Amino acid sequence: MTAGTRRLPPGRYRFRHVARMEWIKLASLRSTWATLGITIAAAAGIAVAVAAGTKSPSQDLTNSMMTGMFAGVLLAGVLGVLVVTGEYTSGTIRATLAAAPRRPLVLAAKAAVFGVTTLITGQAAAFLAFFAGSAALGHGTAAPALGQPGVLRTIVLSGASLALIGLLGLGLGAIIRHTAAAVTVLVSVVYAGELFLGQLNRTIDAYLPAYIVGDTLGGHTCGPGAAACPLPAWAGMSVLAAYAAAALLIGGCILA
Amino acid sequence: MRRVIQVRQLTKRYGATAAVDQLSFDVRPGVVTGFLGPNGSGKSTTMRLILGLDRADAGQARIGGRPYRDLRWPLREVGALLEAGAFHPGRAARAHLAALAAGNAIPRARVEEVLALTGLEQVAGKRAGTFSLGMAQRLGIAAALLGDPGVLLLDEPVNGLDPEGIRWIRGLLRSLAAQGRAVLVSSHLISEMALMADHLVVIGRGRLLADTTAAELAARASTLEEAFLELTGASTEYRAARS
Repeated sequence: MTAGTRRLPPGRYRFRHVARMEWIKLASLRSTWATLGITIAAAAGIAVAVAAGTKSPSQDLTNSMMTGMFAGVLLAGVLGVLVVTGEYTSGTIRATLAAAPRRPLVLAAKAAVFGVTTLITGQAAAFLAFFAGSAALGHGTAAPALGQPGVLRTIVLSGASLALIGLLGLGLGAIIRHTAAAVTVLVSVVYAGELFLGQLNRTIDAYLPAYIVGDTLGGHTCGPGAAACPLPAWAGMSVLAAYAAAALLIGGCILA
Repeated sequence: MRRVIQVRQLTKRYGATAAVDQLSFDVRPGVVTGFLGPNGSGKSTTMRLILGLDRADAGQARIGGRPYRDLRWPLREVGALLEAGAFHPGRAARAHLAALAAGNAIPRARVEEVLALTGLEQVAGKRAGTFSLGMAQRLGIAAALLGDPGVLLLDEPVNGLDPEGIRWIRGLLRSLAAQGRAVLVSSHLISEMALMADHLVVIGRGRLLADTTAAELAARASTLEEAFLELTGASTEYRAARS
């Protein structure tokens, strides 16, 4: 066997190979499981706390029980940032690109693997929050049923928001490539924007990630005297998806 | 003879300075080619350009006739060691190699083979961040050998290795070349190159200074070291005053 005569397998490395590589990398870091575990625990714990303190059954209980998803969303976003910036900080990116020099393919595989992982985590967190919260409701407060209008939608969309903010973080990580800077931008976009911009202009508020995660996905309607007039739940979800897609697309173009 | 790595008029500028300046050379199979130059002469940049990690401003580097980016199974064609530590400190050595193997559809059993080959079996389950420099270097070499590639590029592979490790890598590289592989090894240590390399490519300030056999270069002066210092004298950035 010599270099000149060696035979390579037919074909070439493809998306599925790179996705497998990215999955092994994601799953082999303790911090991944710690972060995802805390996400689920926070969602369920906060739901229990909120439910136990609920006195008035007229509130939108399901949406209240999703309060803890807010914390999880930020954790998923930071983990998304780290999936990319952790490689640059440690130098792993050189090994990654040696195995798969087509960079947009690497980013696509990272996004797919991380998106599916956080989607599953998000749904687990949201459903656990719902059931734990329901169980913790005081006597005399009827727990919402999954079959009631909007309940299942609120849970599923809240769960999905975790993946979308996670992918937004991943895209920002690819654009910025420095952990601290990317996390700062992520927090600004997701939270600080709501605190400042959102208070100035109600229409803008409806398009900010924090408002979408906190209110829109719960299917809040625009009642008289409402602070902001939210988008329909699915539209809010689409706006989140568009943010994530834009960040990934720009990140992909910069890496290429 | 077949040229496995072809570097042609390769140029990379950082601002006004050219880190690599119209550099051309070939790397052939079956021999260890030493890539020599003083610190800052452009060795690492050249290797990054060959691997497509940086974009050249002019010229090209090809492996088996293709740019690195177009290789079908990169790790099965080229094994590379850049500076040690191209791994996440929180990931176990075995997982790091398993991930890379999956990326190029390399059988999982090969991971255990290269762990054994580099003497890392005992620590394969430990987080790589706990490794000494020498172990980190061995992990980098394990990654380079993972795909059983016909071309090897190693940047300063003896860094951080103890004398036993240096002797091991010298023997390893010579045997890989003897199997018909092309091996390009950079170093700023002329004495090490004298023991390891058959052919030498010497650069200074990004330019080619010599492309010759180790024996021919040594014959130019009383020792290979003298010949090297004479050759690179004009292009060394910093030099201690002679007493």
